[in-house]
Amino acid sequence: MTWLAILGAGVGCYLLKLAGVSLPARVLEHRLIERVADLIPVALLSALVAVQVFADGTDLSVDARAAGLAAAVLALVLRAPFLVVVFVAAATAALLRLAFPGW
Amino acid sequence: MADPGAQELTEPERRVIIRDSLGVGVATGLYGVSFGAVSVAAGLSVLQTCALSLVMFTGASQFAFVGVAAAGGPPLSGALTALMLGTRNTLYGLKLAPLLGFRGWRRTATAQLVIDESTAMSVLRASRPAARVGFLTTGISVFVLWNAFTLVGAVAGNLIGDPRDYGLDAAVGGAFLALLWPRLADGRNRVLAVCAAAVALGVVPVTAAGVPVLVAGGVALLAGILTVAAEDSTELPRR
Repeated sequence: MTWLAILGAGVGCYLLKLAGVSLPARVLEHRLIERVADLIPVALLSALVAVQVFADGTDLSVDARAAGLAAAVLALVLRAPFLVVVFVAAATAALLRLAFPGW
Repeated sequence: MADPGAQELTEPERRVIIRDSLGVGVATGLYGVSFGAVSVAAGLSVLQTCALSLVMFTGASQFAFVGVAAAGGPPLSGALTALMLGTRNTLYGLKLAPLLGFRGWRRTATAQLVIDESTAMSVLRASRPAARVGFLTTGISVFVLWNAFTLVGAVAGNLIGDPRDYGLDAAVGGAFLALLWPRLADGRNRVLAVCAAAVALGVVPVTAAGVPVLVAGGVALLAGILTVAAEDSTELPRR
């Protein structure tokens, strides 16, 4: 089942790219299509951040991951590159868990 | 400029584009390490992790897929989230196709390279040769390094024990935020981001893992319909 999902979604993502370079450019002239295509990544990424940091199964919780996210925000405000942001988030959560086991 | 393909690209110009593109390629490819480590921590095998980087090859979708898996969500939810995030590459392709002008098997082969970084390094070029150099150099270097470092991260991730001890679960939230960050410069996007996060967290207690993110996709669709309709109703009537 996992393999099926991996290959199905993988091939699907390739076909989405191929559709983009194959369809006539006037598809973009549909304002709704262009607008929704712009908005979907914003909504999904924001939801992914929220769920990844604050969801624990079907519970909501504030733990070391939230501190990691706060550190990531700080790194982004300071214009740190991607890898640094990811590292800072991980290191903050790891150090907090070292200091407060089980958090 | 009758035909962008007729323009010549001087050697110094070509070198600057290649240098910049390789820089982006190396920086992006390196974080394949974090994807590889996060993916095996989510319970995928090394082979499955590498298959995602090879076949899916679009970072945000890959992180989303393994994020749902890590939360114990059904693979179908992960696949749908990955596909929804992948739709932005369709938009990139639509913008890039007239600029790059690839046909036939070249178009089929280079379509896999249509991602955030290759688009950013080619879409603003003034001529077809410049756009092609930026697109191909960035796309190929990211593809090679992303896949190589995915393998490194996946193998290393298998050796390190509990990923939470290293904060890898927090790393994923940081990665998504870093991908989202440039888009938050826009006020409308900030409002949508807050609404989407609130709605997603609101349905966490009552849905299976992966579903909250799909619901947020619905919020984007609704926001698109509402904002376009609002603009139509405030436009001056044409006479």
